[in-house]
Amino acid sequence: MTTLRLGYVPLVDAAPLIVAQELGFAAEEGLRLDLVRLGAWAQARDMLGAGAIDAAHMLVPMPVAQALGLGPSLPTMDLVMFLSHGGQVIVVNRDLEKRLRGMGHDFAFADAVAAGAALHRAATGRLRIGVPFPFSTHAELVRHWLSRCGFGADAFDLVTVPPPLMADALARGEVEAICVGEPWASVAVDRGLAALLLPGTAIWAAPPEKGLVLRRDLAETRPNQTGALMRAIWRAGRWLDDADHRGTAAEIIARPGYLDLPPELVERGLTGRMTISAGGELRGSGDLVTFHRGGASFPWKSLAALFAQRIALAHGLDPRSAMDRAMAHFRTDLYRQHLRPAGAPLPGASQRLEGMLAADRTVAAERGSMILRADGFFDGFTFDPMAPVPGR
Amino acid sequence: MSKRLLILVVEPDPDRAQPIADGLQQAGGHEVHIIAEQSGLARQVADLRPDLVLIDMANPSRDVLEELALASGPTERPVAMFVDRSDEDLTRRAIEAGISAYVVDGLRPERIKPILDAAITRFHIFQQMRAELAATRAALEERKIIDRAKAVLMKARGLDEEAAYGLLRKTAMDQGKRLGDVAQQLVMAAGLLGR
Repeated sequence: MTTLRLGYVPLVDAAPLIVAQELGFAAEEGLRLDLVRLGAWAQARDMLGAGAIDAAHMLVPMPVAQALGLGPSLPTMDLVMFLSHGGQVIVVNRDLEKRLRGMGHDFAFADAVAAGAALHRAATGRLRIGVPFPFSTHAELVRHWLSRCGFGADAFDLVTVPPPLMADALARGEVEAICVGEPWASVAVDRGLAALLLPGTAIWAAPPEKGLVLRRDLAETRPNQTGALMRAIWRAGRWLDDADHRGTAAEIIARPGYLDLPPELVERGLTGRMTISAGGELRGSGDLVTFHRGGASFPWKSLAALFAQRIALAHGLDPRSAMDRAMAHFRTDLYRQHLRPAGAPLPGASQRLEGMLAADRTVAAERGSMILRADGFFDGFTFDPMAPVPGR
Repeated sequence: MSKRLLILVVEPDPDRAQPIADGLQQAGGHEVHIIAEQSGLARQVADLRPDLVLIDMANPSRDVLEELALASGPTERPVAMFVDRSDEDLTRRAIEAGISAYVVDGLRPERIKPILDAAITRFHIFQQMRAELAATRAALEERKIIDRAKAVLMKARGLDEEAAYGLLRKTAMDQGKRLGDVAQQLVMAAGLLGR
């Protein structure tokens, strides 16, 4: 048995790491996972860099930012697979909720066009929205959504708020809305502070959210351990995407050693059965978070390019070279090498046009065919990693 | 004589923050300011314009400082920058001690090093204290379990306290297990059997 230390931030989407250890997927590969609970995203990055943990649960745009030099000087890090898609929830405070309802918005928790248009009408002054980290899918989702719903760049501010402090920030009026992963959106609702407006998947059907990140030197010099870890987590993700397992998963990850929260609260984010308002209204969002289905764990290089282009433009870096650099850190080669033996479906290419699939589609794979998840944006946006950068 | 630096320590626990602040003052006579209240941290840091911010690596509010470090544009006075990039050993030691430092742009490495060294020492002392406290608690917990196991044996086998303890010890030695583990198993089994 080899022991690997894995850092995770206590969120619902840490489930693949916890399930890999608790249900024996790690043991099957000869691994014992020592799961280290972390308090901050920057801590995951720094501990991984210092070698204090072997792998980390990390926001997908973080290794991109690190590759672009927008972080401390640490050893090179690579994302070897996605751990989850989706799971982000956009939440408005009670005051905004009241104004939105007053204008007839139905809080259907589904339609990004209707919710965006209503929010644009309801907003007074500069809208302040809390996100968990400057480099997060949350930040990119909100920017994309608001800019396509009539908000100019100076009509809103994104403010970094640590998720455990999000509800307090809403209560004190520091932010009027938040975009956050579960269970923190539900916590804000249960405290009577907010209503859920939209799941992240209503803006972008398959937004990659968390990735498994390793130091490049260790990933390459310890291929057996890297492969064993990837396969254990991949199988945990497959188990998690059986809808019948989500309730059990909630009980496991809610335990005191992990999220230490009531299972009922944790279950909402995993099953997509959300209580969206203080009044107790329920809404279903079946695909709120996906761990495995439709090739969800494949780390498309084109997604590295998509985040890199946006981050580069926001920080005054050359986008083309940023995209090229970031793509080298999404290790589709390691994914193919280590998950092929486990029977993972492998797409023929490692980059593609993003946002092209309005519905799930069967495509040719390395062997036979595979189903790829729908990945459309609400506004029909598409991204070509090879195309010239717009607006330059 | 170089000017005194303004150092911020972001730490909600006063028992922890004060020794760190004292240590930093002794190390170089710098002005040290403690921020305990995490709300509005970005605004507090921006108002105070510190030269250096120290924070527990696991403090969720670190991610707020990350944003500040990025937000400082070329024209404004940078609020904070990531810890000096040139000294990898110092960075690694700070991470191992569980401390993060955000340093104003342009502050010379030879000025940062003694401050960080002092902070790392204090963080280590605190971590040690915390580990010792945890060990003491665990020992207390174990003694309670052993007392309960003794009580189970005394009742079930009609032994006196000394004999019950002797039996527990002998069982542990025979099985090559820790006394606390044997006691724990016994108490759990007794619970299952409704004794």
